[in-house]
Amino acid sequence: MMTKYTKLSQLRRLLITGIAALPIAIAMSSHVLAAPPTAEVNTTGLAVTDDTVHVGILHSLTGTMAISETGSVEAEQLAIEQINAQGGVLGRQIVPIIEDGASDWPTFADRTRKLLTQDNVPAIFGAWTSASRKAMLPVLERENGLLYYPTFYEGLEESPNVIYTGQEATQQILAGINWAWNEQEARTFYLIGSDYIWPRTSMKIARIHIEEVLGGEVVGEDYAPLGHTSFGSNINRIRLRRPDVIFAAVVGGSNVAWFRQLNAAGINSENQTLLTISVTEDEVLGIGGENVEGFYSSMKYFQSLDNDNNLAFVEAFKERWGEDSVIGDVSQAAYLGPWLWKAGVEKAGSFDVDAVSAAMADIELTTAPEGYVKVHPNRHLWSKTRIGRWNEDGQATVVWESDLVEPNPFPEGYQ
Amino acid sequence: MSGFSSQELLAIFAMQGFAGVSFFSVLLLMALGLAIIYGQMRVINMAHGEFMVIGAYATYLCSITFGALPGMMDYYLFIAIPIAFGSAFIVGYIVELALIRHLYHRPLDTLLATWGLALIMQQGFRSAFGAREVSVAVPGWLRGSYRPTMMIDIPLNGIAILVLTLLVTLGVWWFLYRSRWGLRVRCTTANRDMSGAVGINTKRVDRITFALGCGIAGIAGAAFTTISSTGPTSGSLYIVDTFLVVVFGGAGSLVGTIASAFSIAQAQSLMEFFLGSSMAKVLTLLTVIGILLIRPEGLIASKVRR
Amino acid sequence: MNIMNSLYRLFQGRHGSLGSILLLAIILMVVMPMMFDIYRLNLAGRYLTYAFVALGLVLCWGYGGILSLGQGIFFGIGGYAMAMFLKIEASDPVSTSIQSTPGIPDFMDWNRLTELPWFWVPFNSLTLTIIAVLVLPAAFAYLIGFAMFKRRVSGVYFAIITQALAVVLTILIIGQQGYTGGINGITDLRTLHGWDIRDDSARYLLYYLNAILLIGCLLIGRWVLNCKYGRILSALRDKEDRVRFSGYDVANFKIFIFCLAAFISGIGGAMFTLQVGFMSPSFIGIVPSIEFVIFAAVGGRLSLVGGVYGALIVSFAKTMFAEAYPQLWQFLIGAVFIVVVLVLPYGLASVYGRYGRRLFTPVKDWFSKRKANSSGASAGLKEKRS
Repeated sequence: MMTKYTKLSQLRRLLITGIAALPIAIAMSSHVLAAPPTAEVNTTGLAVTDDTVHVGILHSLTGTMAISETGSVEAEQLAIEQINAQGGVLGRQIVPIIEDGASDWPTFADRTRKLLTQDNVPAIFGAWTSASRKAMLPVLERENGLLYYPTFYEGLEESPNVIYTGQEATQQILAGINWAWNEQEARTFYLIGSDYIWPRTSMKIARIHIEEVLGGEVVGEDYAPLGHTSFGSNINRIRLRRPDVIFAAVVGGSNVAWFRQLNAAGINSENQTLLTISVTEDEVLGIGGENVEGFYSSMKYFQSLDNDNNLAFVEAFKERWGEDSVIGDVSQAAYLGPWLWKAGVEKAGSFDVDAVSAAMADIELTTAPEGYVKVHPNRHLWSKTRIGRWNEDGQATVVWESDLVEPNPFPEGYQ
Repeated sequence: MSGFSSQELLAIFAMQGFAGVSFFSVLLLMALGLAIIYGQMRVINMAHGEFMVIGAYATYLCSITFGALPGMMDYYLFIAIPIAFGSAFIVGYIVELALIRHLYHRPLDTLLATWGLALIMQQGFRSAFGAREVSVAVPGWLRGSYRPTMMIDIPLNGIAILVLTLLVTLGVWWFLYRSRWGLRVRCTTANRDMSGAVGINTKRVDRITFALGCGIAGIAGAAFTTISSTGPTSGSLYIVDTFLVVVFGGAGSLVGTIASAFSIAQAQSLMEFFLGSSMAKVLTLLTVIGILLIRPEGLIASKVRR
Repeated sequence: MNIMNSLYRLFQGRHGSLGSILLLAIILMVVMPMMFDIYRLNLAGRYLTYAFVALGLVLCWGYGGILSLGQGIFFGIGGYAMAMFLKIEASDPVSTSIQSTPGIPDFMDWNRLTELPWFWVPFNSLTLTIIAVLVLPAAFAYLIGFAMFKRRVSGVYFAIITQALAVVLTILIIGQQGYTGGINGITDLRTLHGWDIRDDSARYLLYYLNAILLIGCLLIGRWVLNCKYGRILSALRDKEDRVRFSGYDVANFKIFIFCLAAFISGIGGAMFTLQVGFMSPSFIGIVPSIEFVIFAAVGGRLSLVGGVYGALIVSFAKTMFAEAYPQLWQFLIGAVFIVVVLVLPYGLASVYGRYGRRLFTPVKDWFSKRKANSSGASAGLKEKRS
């Protein structure tokens, strides 16, 4: 795999030095023009040469998680290619080493160790589930690596070796519930999710926010085991409590069953408001647009966002990965990873992990498809919360968006 | 539960009853095929879920093909169900021919071999249809609910699956107890050697039975596209429940399988209503295991000498 | 007399010649550490922990005829017991000072627990933890085995029920995250009594400890099979009723071998936690449990060392193939299942038995010739043996 990429990069190098160097050199700012000597930007023995830098991409390409993670790999590759086309990072072309976590958590740890100790990569873009991130974390901290983690997740973590480009729980939930409270005048909520850590933590935060901050009422809380496929009883429980809003975080195959059965039970957007934090464009493919039509998702990104950054991003993505590809919230967050790293390296003027890590705070990105983002000192992103209303064609219309929300992985009062 | 009128409680009660019945029809539809196969030749088919997925994908293809024709969208399911049955039946027939028949005297080994088959089939689906779940369009007349009163909503697709399950069960009953084939099947189950001696081609009986069981799984797959996910690994979501239904019912007894599917479904959906899904699932599984320990032969034992 | 007898059994039994165990020991202790760098060796160490389970399956499935599709349960219990101890140590009040209740594992704090639950308390002590690792899996297996075998549940029923139990345990662990760490498992384990289990020297040491324990378990298994007990076990696998009519309590024999298998699996689980640094419910459920069975089946269900080779070969093949040809791998592993069952029911060991042994016949002949020459000297010993 490595040789393949090296060859590719040699070709690119030729191309770039031969043809593209002149206009790029003129266009780029001065520090790229004079690509700093390797000894200066790499004091810790990383995989950086005079004209290349190797980075790791570590997702599940096989196994049960492959469906979800493929989008992230594609987005990260796209970002790297675009950065290379612009002249790379500190004058060096990025060469990704793609490793397979195989949906197996120890494998994630193993591959991380391999990337950090054998390949000496300055950054890894990867992990999707919390379990895989938790498995990688000790290795990252021990071998001093840097991970860009794209998924929206439950929070409760703040590692110096991880940059969280997805939302932590409060960024997705609080503004969403406020929207339901203000715009939909919802006073009673029913919480339902799959039975594992992310939905449970999210629901805990939601409940505290509804009951203690807003003064509303949670009329029911329900968890279905992963892979659950019959939601008849859960739906009846909901019916019995008559909530103003159903707040849902059901995942995987269950998600499809949940929405189809909800619809069949006569609960649809005409008679019920439903706000979910687990449905992106990717999920709608399996659920079917007609089954989520009119329901709401709380995310920071939707493919339909109407701004110039996003239009260019969607076009590039489709050109690279096919006209049929859809881009969900996580794919966009994954796309930010390489760009943020590039910004960090350029700010630090070095590839060294400690230097980049220290430089990450307060980095801004105005070119992000989701709009403006900024890295918080707690290594999460400031981002907006958007409420999208699903249409039958599987795309969402953004009906509301918040101001930038401060990331707060250890929310005071919500634990 | 205060603040509800008796009428409302009654409505919830009715709908909850139907939720149980609906779950019952799902379990029974899945278990029927498995029970026939297990009863006939003591083979536990770990790839049963994948045969279901064959049916689901067949339905998906039908919905695309016929969905393109104007006016056919509403009726494609009627074509899809026979096709789903047929494709699963044919694959089952081939699998029996190539694999299962070599293993009849080693039931535990069939379990492993069919697990291997399941892996291959899953990857086959993945290569053919992609790893993502596909969304099968539900015909308009199956969406939404039937409202006998203002407060009661009965899912239409639930009713459809219930009707389908009843039809399939009736068909299986007729096949086993009223047809010439069924006579041969029951003969072979009761005494294989003697059946062979009186001129029944027991191998052929086995093959048809196995293929039939798989075909029924295909029908289940077609039906389930309306209520849950269609993806390469969707079949595995049902497999543990289905096994327990068959084992709990008492191997090889049609009545036993129905009784067991009914009691498990009602127990689980009732507990779900009061305790939540996770606890309900755990308690149901443990109860079933507990009862099996007291009564290892299952609810209704078949009177066959082994 | 008795000691001589046991010694004789140890060296001369029918099941798993000592030579093959010795060869395996050399491969594990000398060849692999020389061939592999620490990264690969650690990987091999992880795969060897699966070999414990495969070994247990050879005993209870190959020889006892009991196919359990829930061996992940015992692997998990052993692993979780060890993980709980390590987690308590990793959660000292200093490093958890940002929590609202310092000194308890982080996931408990997130779930608003304010003190260690009662069943965690024994895991403060390493001694109790080791006892738990050794006893709990076997005790749990005893419960299951007692309930089932006394009621004469066997065969396919037993397989399905153990599978369902594995599902129940997984759901419980994932659902009760305040007590168990949930789906993420128990992570970020660092030290064992202050000894850092993550640096290279520790990895080497753990690898060797693992290999030694595995060889020990092999010897125990071999000893058990070569006893009279082992023969009765095979007999009841082949004709259970006959053994019963001969006056043996069949259930007790089955319970014993099932417990032994669980005991060995539990040790594997504990070693897994130590080498990998965490434990999660994804090693308990249906899929890992069936994977353990494939290890035993590929290696050879009647060969103790075969189980170990099976675990190593399949796992390494998975690592290499799955990377290069992910699609092909799924087809391949499925095909391996089918081929092993159809064509090679006794796995790779039977291939060796059929063809490999010929390679060694000249050597054997040479040895027996030498023996014949010196037979006068050892005649006394031989008499005693017979």
